[in-house]
Amino acid sequence: MIDFLTTYLGYEFVRNALIAGTLAAILGAIVGYFVVVRNVAFAAHALSHIGFTGAAAAALLGLNPLQGILFFTVGAGVCMGVSGDKLHRSDMAIGMVLSMALGLGVLFLSLYHGFAGQTSAILFGDIFGVSEGQVVEMSVLSLLSLGALALFSRRLLFASLQPRLAEARGLSLMSLSIAFMVVLAVSVSLASQVVGILLVFTLVIAPAGIAARICRTFWSGLGTSILLGVVVVWAGILLACLTNQPPSFWITALFFVLYLVVEGWCRLRTRQA
Amino acid sequence: MPTALQISDLRVTLGGTEILTGINAEIQAGEFVGIFGPNGAGKTTLVRAILGTLRPVSGSIQIFGLPPGLGSHQIGYMPQERTGLDLTALSARAMIAAVCQGERWGVPWSSAEIRKEVDGVLQLTGAAAQADRPFSVLSGGERQRVMLAQALLSNPKILVLDEPLASLDPRNQALLIESVAEVRRLTKTTVLFVAHDMNPLMHVMDRVLYMAWGGAILGPLDQVVNSESLSQLYGFPIEVVRAGERIFVVSKEGNVTECAHHD
Repeated sequence: MIDFLTTYLGYEFVRNALIAGTLAAILGAIVGYFVVVRNVAFAAHALSHIGFTGAAAAALLGLNPLQGILFFTVGAGVCMGVSGDKLHRSDMAIGMVLSMALGLGVLFLSLYHGFAGQTSAILFGDIFGVSEGQVVEMSVLSLLSLGALALFSRRLLFASLQPRLAEARGLSLMSLSIAFMVVLAVSVSLASQVVGILLVFTLVIAPAGIAARICRTFWSGLGTSILLGVVVVWAGILLACLTNQPPSFWITALFFVLYLVVEGWCRLRTRQA
Repeated sequence: MPTALQISDLRVTLGGTEILTGINAEIQAGEFVGIFGPNGAGKTTLVRAILGTLRPVSGSIQIFGLPPGLGSHQIGYMPQERTGLDLTALSARAMIAAVCQGERWGVPWSSAEIRKEVDGVLQLTGAAAQADRPFSVLSGGERQRVMLAQALLSNPKILVLDEPLASLDPRNQALLIESVAEVRRLTKTTVLFVAHDMNPLMHVMDRVLYMAWGGAILGPLDQVVNSESLSQLYGFPIEVVRAGERIFVVSKEGNVTECAHHD
């Protein structure tokens, strides 16, 4: 086992995968906690898929995919943020914009005559293909997002839990919502490097959703969410090394099993109570 | 006794419709005022104007001499809307801690001072025993007690309760009213209590603000809730029926407060 680990950790692509995975897991876990308490999972889901359009546009224009993804997701995040605390009720509008974006993405892909394998990398992620330059890029963006959250997370939590009250104390629900959606857009873009656009949802929703289901305070929820995210991403990457199956599969499978266990345990306890 | 709330000729328009058409009211510090009226009468609009989240077209509101916004830290508010915490295990205590000084910058860290204040308000409303359980599993009555505790943060001089009795059974309604009365006795705070039915509040309130069609009359129960003054306010015949200590406001078609209740 130790031999196995040292062999794989000797490879640069595995080390880069672990660093990128850790960054995406931490950011996803923290931002995801707010996605859960704000009840905006569908908006997060839509943002990641709008990233697909960005990646396809970037491929077409010969840009770095992360830049394309960021451009589209941040733009969409700002637009969604404008609806303030009513975002979770805008399923119809989000759905319409999402389908339009996916349609555009398909158009961009059909116009782009490059190597088709790149499409699969965009959609399903290619964590073993993360370069050192991308790791640096991801670190800077993660630090910026976490720094922003550190600045306004107190207001954000207040406004998420008690929007009417926050409004009455003079907080602008709309600016908080926009600021949060921008941070969410950045973390969705980062996570798509790891698990791909189709599975971004996993890193943003799964650890935070599971943690919020069992933890009774904000900080224990956040800590559990980060721990779950990091441990599962690492386990997924190592299992991928062992089995030669894609890491995205292992990461999503592990989260799904965890979710089933926690959900079952919660239901059992409610029945007893 | 200083004036807690001075409302002068308040007009509020929402989406082109005039919701409040000239409200006048002067409420003294320490008073318990029940705010009644059918749905669509403008009760929540009035609350939002007092909180400063809706700007009036004309007229003014003064909260201990300050305009809303500036005076809003004097107000403790219990909103009507429920929170979306049903899928989380976040405790009632954690929720109140997030609200306490929630408008500050930085991370939501609860200092010892905040924890002490949260403890204090939970004790005051008798919610302390439930405070560490997830908010999502609390009963309706327990939740409202937690929401009342949260409204008492930072020691408000005016307590604005927007329909706290909605969706509570009669026993829990009585218990919550008892808590509010107890809080008022201990803190001497002014209470504005919005409700559909005035009967459960008869023994605790000092005056009544009755709203209909964007207008309102404020006064002692007997002066406001009688056939003559309510008919004038509604603009069509209203009958106030008394049965023992109970009071019913009915129109020709049926019970006004009742038929307006389904929402």
